[in-house]
Amino acid sequence: MEVNEVFEKVKTLFEEELGIDSEKINMDAKLEEDLEIDSLGIVEVVMAFEDEFEIEIDDEELTDVGTVGQAVNLLHSKL
Amino acid sequence: MTKQRVVVTGLGTINPLGNNVSDTWKKLVGGVSGIDYITLFDASDLPVTFAGEVKNFDANEYMGKQNARKLDRSGHLSIFAAEEAIQDAGFDLSKPLGEDFGIVFGTGIGGIGATEDAVRVYDERGSTRISPLAITQLMPNSSTGQVAIKYGIQGPSLTITTACAASANAIGEAKRMIEQNIVDKVLVGGTESGTTSMTIGAFAQIKALSKQNDEPQKACKPFDKNRDGFVMAEGSTVLILESESSAKDRNVEVYGYISGYGSSTDAYHITAPSEGGVGALRAMEKAISNADISNEKIDYINAHGTSTPANDLNETLAIKSLMNDYAYEVNISSTKSMTGHLLGGGGAFEAMASLLTMKNNQIPPTINLNDSDEDCDLNYTPNHFVDKNMDHVMSNSFGFGGHNAVLIFSKQ
Repeated sequence: MEVNEVFEKVKTLFEEELGIDSEKINMDAKLEEDLEIDSLGIVEVVMAFEDEFEIEIDDEELTDVGTVGQAVNLLHSKL
Repeated sequence: MTKQRVVVTGLGTINPLGNNVSDTWKKLVGGVSGIDYITLFDASDLPVTFAGEVKNFDANEYMGKQNARKLDRSGHLSIFAAEEAIQDAGFDLSKPLGEDFGIVFGTGIGGIGATEDAVRVYDERGSTRISPLAITQLMPNSSTGQVAIKYGIQGPSLTITTACAASANAIGEAKRMIEQNIVDKVLVGGTESGTTSMTIGAFAQIKALSKQNDEPQKACKPFDKNRDGFVMAEGSTVLILESESSAKDRNVEVYGYISGYGSSTDAYHITAPSEGGVGALRAMEKAISNADISNEKIDYINAHGTSTPANDLNETLAIKSLMNDYAYEVNISSTKSMTGHLLGGGGAFEAMASLLTMKNNQIPPTINLNDSDEDCDLNYTPNHFVDKNMDHVMSNSFGFGGHNAVLIFSKQ
């Protein structure tokens, strides 16, 4: 799967599952500041990623994930 | 420091009758039932297929999907009712209410729906698929915390869970907080949204619910000979309580004084009222003593009046013991005949109904009261509202666990 395909899937997931306004979702968007995803929301995001992409994400892998782009790249690397 | 008198300066509500105070009052006076067949889930296999549901409310539309999905339905209803009350009391919604504001909520079963959802997910998919929002939605203090966050309330907070007396206790305890100068304004709410297939089933198992599935609007008939149980309902009601001096400083209109509060415990049976309603009687006596008036000054009683055989009989006996001959004169009604039983939200709703009754000098009826029960022979204001000048009104709330809470409201 290409990076842009992963991004589109992430965008749809954020929009439909979490109710985030699609206009805010781009590769540079910060998860906490721009998309208002708090610490509980991050857990939801990870669960949604795991279900959508059929992968497992460890907490340690999230340390450097602060933007949509970083999340997309992490997912891409695991597929 | 002198003891502060406590007034109510704001009201807000969302309930089976209406999504604001004005619509709700019109339905109450008009004797309109808010009960209907259950639409929130498929109830066709349940022994009871009707309830009092909030209508025409879409949480996603109201607060946006991203916010709405973080709360369970009780949280949505609490935030909605609080908005109306805060505005009604003349506060600016764009500014945090701050440290001078306390918050007390009452609920019977909190986010029971979220509990059920989490258990279902756990059973089907295991612990790692449980929503991270489950705990914050199911905890009984969820509304207290979420409303405080939304409106910036930073004073003392409490959540009271004395079943169906919860939000009457909440108002009483908030009254004490203001009287004792702990804080001069308190947002008090009562919320319940616990109508689920499990709770309907469980309440039906203990024979607490009416099973008159053929005519939902007529099922709740407090004090009627053919009453057979209460009707589950959901909703939230919020009151802004304030010291008299604070209300005067702000130059705002008041609905009335909270002049009396009494509470007691049956210590008898976990669901059945004590024989002769002696526990309820003690709470009424304490409230009247707290209001420093005589029994005959009470112009109206908003009864607990659930429509269960045991409650209505024992509440009647308690009122007779309290008031003797005057018991046959005083106007009584059960607004639950129209709303159904809001459980932990009932005390706050009925406090609002009592304040509006006193302010408007109109007594909402007990609807569906057609066949008199020889043991329930007081003046329950059957089926039509009554005009009457009132100075003092009383509201009764009793809960499983044997909790009794009684409030008295006064014009002056």
